[in-house]
Amino acid sequence: MSIFKKPEGLFYDELLDEHGTPRAIAKNIVDGLENIGLSELRNKQELAETTLMQAGVTFTVYNDERSTEKIMPFDIIPRIVAADDWKMIERGLKQRVHALNQFISDCYGEGKIFKDKKIPEEVISKNEFYLEILKGFRPPQNVWIHISGIDLVRDSNGKFYVLEDNLRCPSGISYVLENRDVLKRTLPQIFQQNAIQPVSNYPSKLFDMLKYMAPKVESPSIAVLTPGVFNSAYFEHTFLAQQMGVHLVEGRDLVVIDNNVYMKTTQGLQKLDVIYRRVDDEFLDPKYFRKDSLLGVKGIMDAYKAGNVVLVNAPGVGIADDKGVYPYIPEMIKYYLGEEPILENVPTYRCCEAESLKYVIENISKLVVKPTNLSGGYGILIGPHASKKECDEMVEKLKASPASYIAQPVVNISTAPTLTEDGIELRHVDLRPYILYGKEIFVLPGGLTRVALRKGSLVVNSSQGGGSKDTWVLC
Amino acid sequence: MLSRVAESLYWMSRYIERAENIARIIDVNNNLMLDFETEIQNQQWQPLVVTSGDEEDFEERYTEYNEANVINFLTFDEKNSNSIYSCIASARFNARTVRENISPEMFNEINNLYHYLNVSREIPPQASALKNVYETLIRFSHLYIGLVERTLLQDEGFNFIKLGRLLERADKITRILDVKYFILLPSVGYVNTPLDDIQWTALLKSASAFEPYRKKYHRIEYDNIINFLILEEKFPRSVRYCTRRVEDFLRILDQTGGSLSYLKIKALNKELNAITVKEIKHYGLHEYLDLIQQKVNEIGEAVYKDFFFLSFA
Repeated sequence: MSIFKKPEGLFYDELLDEHGTPRAIAKNIVDGLENIGLSELRNKQELAETTLMQAGVTFTVYNDERSTEKIMPFDIIPRIVAADDWKMIERGLKQRVHALNQFISDCYGEGKIFKDKKIPEEVISKNEFYLEILKGFRPPQNVWIHISGIDLVRDSNGKFYVLEDNLRCPSGISYVLENRDVLKRTLPQIFQQNAIQPVSNYPSKLFDMLKYMAPKVESPSIAVLTPGVFNSAYFEHTFLAQQMGVHLVEGRDLVVIDNNVYMKTTQGLQKLDVIYRRVDDEFLDPKYFRKDSLLGVKGIMDAYKAGNVVLVNAPGVGIADDKGVYPYIPEMIKYYLGEEPILENVPTYRCCEAESLKYVIENISKLVVKPTNLSGGYGILIGPHASKKECDEMVEKLKASPASYIAQPVVNISTAPTLTEDGIELRHVDLRPYILYGKEIFVLPGGLTRVALRKGSLVVNSSQGGGSKDTWVLC
Repeated sequence: MLSRVAESLYWMSRYIERAENIARIIDVNNNLMLDFETEIQNQQWQPLVVTSGDEEDFEERYTEYNEANVINFLTFDEKNSNSIYSCIASARFNARTVRENISPEMFNEINNLYHYLNVSREIPPQASALKNVYETLIRFSHLYIGLVERTLLQDEGFNFIKLGRLLERADKITRILDVKYFILLPSVGYVNTPLDDIQWTALLKSASAFEPYRKKYHRIEYDNIINFLILEEKFPRSVRYCTRRVEDFLRILDQTGGSLSYLKIKALNKELNAITVKEIKHYGLHEYLDLIQQKVNEIGEAVYKDFFFLSFA
């Protein structure tokens, strides 16, 4: 008897068809896992977890007296993406990031898209991520969104949609690389039977991109800027610095003198040319943003504007990944590129529009309502799962501040077989591919598959009980 | 190299060396006491805390110098910043902040040891029950040193790692020697008796020095032991070996040639090159060990000023 359960029909499953037979792309993998058997799979799962624990791929949980460390939950059954699907995703993501970059350029430049009335100007003028001091600024190579992670979901027909754009400091790439590493060690035999696109060249691609941003310097000095060891993504910061062989710096290691950024070294000051900063805009420079920030570097924005240092991603890109901007992205693609979007948005109601607001309030129990200014799955109302009271409270908030919300129909996001205490069960997943924008746009063939480990849950965020899987893009 | 990174590498290394030496000190004490009667055994715990220099801290939180208290204080007490647990936690914390500058193999081993110690907290605080833990620590330290030699680029960071370890070791070897000073013999009549011999043997073993010592001197003799552990040039756990290597690394690290730390280590080595065992005995062994500790301490402070806390006007 198969150790896999049959899908219940409502959702598209990534590995199994509606009869419970493996899809063509997943046949080798499913057969391989059947051969290994459930109890050996559990051993392998445990081995994988131990490996991650030993490598310190952990985040800290603070409770009582002593802090404990946990690994981000990891499932050893990989998620598979077919080669054809990937080709479409890759083209779609390149197109989308290209348009978003043009949009940001336009926002800090002439604002043509607003003058042509394709997007209402309020989207920007009321946007808290808009940085007035960058008006008229052009970043090196005209790239703003050097690194992005774009969340995709699949509906019950298996069609891909863009759920969310992450253009500021998308995290998770270290899990993509570590998960692959761990899986190679735990399931080597299954690896051998499949042609899987590698992800291990990401650090080289990232380094090339960073170097490309400082064309005038022959051998630019590059660093990753971290908020420090207590940041939840700290492991990723050290990992990327180590993999690229560049410095990992904190704000206190840097000083700005005459609009140049220097590192404090044992031999004195050393100039920095490119900074992959993992510190949010508001903490980046106490001279311009939050005055109480201890994470940033005073005057770094002056050095940036003077063209003496490159900041990656560019400050101010948050204007384009706001949930309030999301509904307009298809228009942007048409406007800037003259193309039809390859990857579609999930249909979205803009609550700032009266008619939409009325519809959302009347149908709130069928919809997902999201605040435009929060991420990480916070503040979301999932209508079908919410109580009457919760729905009523949300209606009040919508009436008070309609522009702060968007609403979407519930997407019956796809599932993938996942090892649980009750055996292999189907759990909901999304997919976050990573895109680098350097000399050209590069999409890493793979990405972070996040899985909602709680039975029936549609929320995949790690802060809400989500885990991750390795993602295999077939050749 | 970033000053912060250099400092973290230096401390990571010092903490690991420190933890190893506490394990060695407890282990030697435990071995020594197996040859004592129970009554005398109970008096032997205080010296361990005395040699660590943390009496005041101990007495604030514990009422009695007994086995359970002292073992707990030196091994698992998180409030004692020099306990084995605190040292390894600090070493790991430093390792995390400089992960990109050490090898994954090094990080994994430090991380594993930390998790192992967390599990070991369940073991009752008795030297015999914890023997495995101390031995594991010493083995880990050897492994760690091997990894430093074999998995790192031998650049500035490597030199700070070596510097930290050697300075710490120079200090700790004086403290291990001092344990013998505090250990009470049942009476003066025992001096130079087999019991005295057993104690010196245990002490040499705790410094992994017994066989090398035998090779050079064959017989257990007070003067030779002092000579071996303080002045021997060719044994890696002697004070002088460590301080000479410290001088080598400071010479490489100090590009100006005139840094305070370099001048101080040069002066100390000049002194160690000249002094004899006779003169040390005349000065008083315990007092002389104190003096070395003080000088090593000053060199540590100078390193801080020379490399980690530069002012950038």
